[in-house]
Amino acid sequence: MKNLSIRITLLTFCSILLLASCSKEDSPAPEFAETNLAPFSVEFDNIVGDRTLSFNNTTTPYVNAKGESFSISMLQYFISNIKVATADGKEYAVKQDSSYFLIQSSDKSTRFAKVRVPEGDYTRLTFTLGVDSLRSTMGIDKRTGVLDPAANGGHDSGGMYWGWNSGYIFFRFEGNSNVISDDVNGDPTGKKQFKYHIGGFGGYSAPTINNVKTITVDLTKAGIAKVRKDRQSNVHLFVDAMKVFNGTNSFKIAEHPNVMFSDYSVNIAKNLTEMFRHDHTEN
Amino acid sequence: MNKRHWIIILSISIFIFACKKSEIIQEKIETFLGFQKPANFPEPVYNFSANPVTKSGFELGRTLFYEARLSRNNTVSCGSCHIQSSAFTQHGHDVSHGIDDRLGTRNSPPIMNLAWNKAFMWGGGVYDLDLQPIAPITTHEEMDENLDNVLNKLRALPKYTALFKTAFGTEEITTSRFMKALSQFMVMCVSSNSKYDKVMRKEDNASFTQTELDGYNIFKEKCSSCHKEPLFTDGSFRNNGLSLSPVKDQGLYLATLLASDRYKFKVPSLRNLNYTAPFMHDGRFLTIGAVLEHYSGQVQNLENLDPILNQNGKLGINLTETDKTKLIAFLATLNDESFINNRLLAEQ
Repeated sequence: MKNLSIRITLLTFCSILLLASCSKEDSPAPEFAETNLAPFSVEFDNIVGDRTLSFNNTTTPYVNAKGESFSISMLQYFISNIKVATADGKEYAVKQDSSYFLIQSSDKSTRFAKVRVPEGDYTRLTFTLGVDSLRSTMGIDKRTGVLDPAANGGHDSGGMYWGWNSGYIFFRFEGNSNVISDDVNGDPTGKKQFKYHIGGFGGYSAPTINNVKTITVDLTKAGIAKVRKDRQSNVHLFVDAMKVFNGTNSFKIAEHPNVMFSDYSVNIAKNLTEMFRHDHTEN
Repeated sequence: MNKRHWIIILSISIFIFACKKSEIIQEKIETFLGFQKPANFPEPVYNFSANPVTKSGFELGRTLFYEARLSRNNTVSCGSCHIQSSAFTQHGHDVSHGIDDRLGTRNSPPIMNLAWNKAFMWGGGVYDLDLQPIAPITTHEEMDENLDNVLNKLRALPKYTALFKTAFGTEEITTSRFMKALSQFMVMCVSSNSKYDKVMRKEDNASFTQTELDGYNIFKEKCSSCHKEPLFTDGSFRNNGLSLSPVKDQGLYLATLLASDRYKFKVPSLRNLNYTAPFMHDGRFLTIGAVLEHYSGQVQNLENLDPILNQNGKLGINLTETDKTKLIAFLATLNDESFINNRLLAEQ
């Protein structure tokens, strides 16, 4: 009897312990309310294949799938229209006016897109790579912050606005490679520079190239985002710049060292959608 | 009352009258009318509700328009290539002459009736007047500056912080305010007081001469499908049959990459031709005579030639020498002297 009562006591104690720990670990997802906002961030951690991103490392250059060595001098891109969704299909889109981010790899502080979403457990993240067509045609009043045509100084210092053909550069990637020729088909200045300025939102009046890309990330494999007011849930993405060259439409730098507003940009824009990989979530 | 009294009374009344008169004049100067749609013009397309024209906004825009600090080395202003006496074009230059004596590839178009424009530049690409100035400011051959530098240069000048405060309420100089001020000046550059306008509005008993009237009828029959009244452009982009330019400018295609837009350029207005030579996107024709010569006998059947210029297997527009003389007489009625002499639009 004594033994049994000890066992029962122990069992009860263990059960209580188990229940208590359960409730601590798995605070149930709060009721989804669009007014109950909490901090949430997406981290864009730029990498190059199996290596971290560093600039102008000509002594130990990166090598793409075509065997071309290259170094990187600039990598920056727009992220916008962040949306999250729960397993049971509840979706939340971040308020338009606070949903535009310019990720600049030269400035580590820009790697987070910090937003506010309702408390909840999210299994899917969606965002736009680029600036959506609606915002691309809005009046000058709506072009503030990273969307200000004067932002980042001039084109040479990293400006992302095309004045001659109203619109934004969505993705800007520059560097050097010895495979680039010194003639008009390469870099006539002899600096062996490559430049990829990918933009094109679909046109004001007639339909033109549209390189606005929607990226959807499944969070179930590497960790769902548990957004609560007392925490900072952060979805950590790896953004692999090597995919620019090695994506589905892989190409040689020597053959396409400069791609800006042109038909070929559509091929590269497709590769850009393959850059984003969910590594883990910090809750 | 003697003569002397009369003189005094007369002098006083003249004085009073003069005072009154000068007050009226004063009032006229003081009352800024803002943007006014000419009675014979359609509704403008510019979004005035987002940027209502005010006296102080317009004046700031005018100061900025004539401000050389908009260029890299403070030598070139908007007014350098858009000269009022040439109806805001760069008279005598086939292509515009910018910073460091660099030459562009296109003829500088007039700053005129822009509130009715849906698209800007000879080859399109810009569809909002508030965004247009970024193109010339940043273009290598024009002002070769960046917007951020321009704003910083202006912020350093008390003259501008004061002007921005008067126009927009605070001293803050932002891209949006800068652009809006420039737009306020540009939309006020309205040319609507040519003889043609007066005839249409039945003002000042204006009437066409017989030659002008004949010319008008030829115009309506043979030119007006593209050069639509009363703006004398339908705002569309077309290939008007010019031979390829030495730089092989592909026009609208460069902005859209659509094969159907290759060699299309914006249809220019025919107003103020007396002041705006040379003509065409690359300024290749020095006289109106040369332009008419092109349409009557030199139209080239290149890709996307406008079908209007290729009917029944015949290229161009059928024009006799008499037709041309009459047309030129009519086109002269579109010159608006009050526009090029309007003090309000001049550098102060």
